[in-house]
Amino acid sequence: MITLSAVLTLSGILFAIAVAGVFLNRRNIILLLMCIELMLLAVNFNFVAFSRNLNDISGQIFVFFILTVAAAEAAIGLAILVVVFRERRSIDVEDLDTLQG
Amino acid sequence: MFPTVLFYVFSVVLVAAALGVILARNPVHSVLLLVLCFFNSAVIWLLLGAEFLGIVLVLVYVGAVLVLLLFVVMMLDINIEEIRKGLAGLWPLAVAVAGFVVFAIINVIVVKHLGGIGLRADLPQPAGYSNTRSLGVALFTRYAYPAEIAASILLVASVAAIVLTLRRRAGGKPQDIARQVAVRAKDRVRIVKMASEKRP
Repeated sequence: MITLSAVLTLSGILFAIAVAGVFLNRRNIILLLMCIELMLLAVNFNFVAFSRNLNDISGQIFVFFILTVAAAEAAIGLAILVVVFRERRSIDVEDLDTLQG
Repeated sequence: MFPTVLFYVFSVVLVAAALGVILARNPVHSVLLLVLCFFNSAVIWLLLGAEFLGIVLVLVYVGAVLVLLLFVVMMLDINIEEIRKGLAGLWPLAVAVAGFVVFAIINVIVVKHLGGIGLRADLPQPAGYSNTRSLGVALFTRYAYPAEIAASILLVASVAAIVLTLRRRAGGKPQDIARQVAVRAKDRVRIVKMASEKRP
């Protein structure tokens, strides 16, 4: 028997790892994008677990839409990353301070 | 019993791979470990009964998005050591924030006991139940408009990605269709009048 709390704890640990990754790789845009993917994956775990627990298919439909939006986000994010690298020859976040307030 | 053991085995591998993603020195290793993460997640979703989404995660996510990520990582020439410099002192903060997030979530799950919600995450389904079929029925009836919006988001995203990375090369010879269509015969052909000549 896979308990709901086991799945939710797994998703919480995954999300926390992704948050820690944002801190540890604060300057590398590619790793930031990968940490965002991990966070979305953790959220999807919650949706799947509750969908089966409450016997409602809507949760899985939402996972479907989250996957769609995550794919769009990854495509545009990587395109922006390639353009930034072409302009600056670097993907360090701290180099992107043109609009520094 | 056996699915439970499988769940815990794949969970351990998943957490280890996620730790590897954020700690790996080389971005290529990070992406490959992220692929491992997504494969393990797909297996866990299969165990939870979300078969269609598990397959979609492997086909769409690993097959398209992560390959794109790997492609970009390999295309860009990144100096990792320079980027890593000066971040060594941040790990206590990272551990503290991650510990707080885990504490908050486990507090909600264990202490509050999720009142009113059943404990099993893998309720048995009736015989002949098809996850893909019920997902499709819901997607194309109740969620038809959201599905169309999602489709247009994908279209806009692919157009945006192409426009962003489009690069015009200097010295290229592109066609100008409008000028080709608008051209007249007198722009191209010159008729010269001259007297006829005798045969020698």
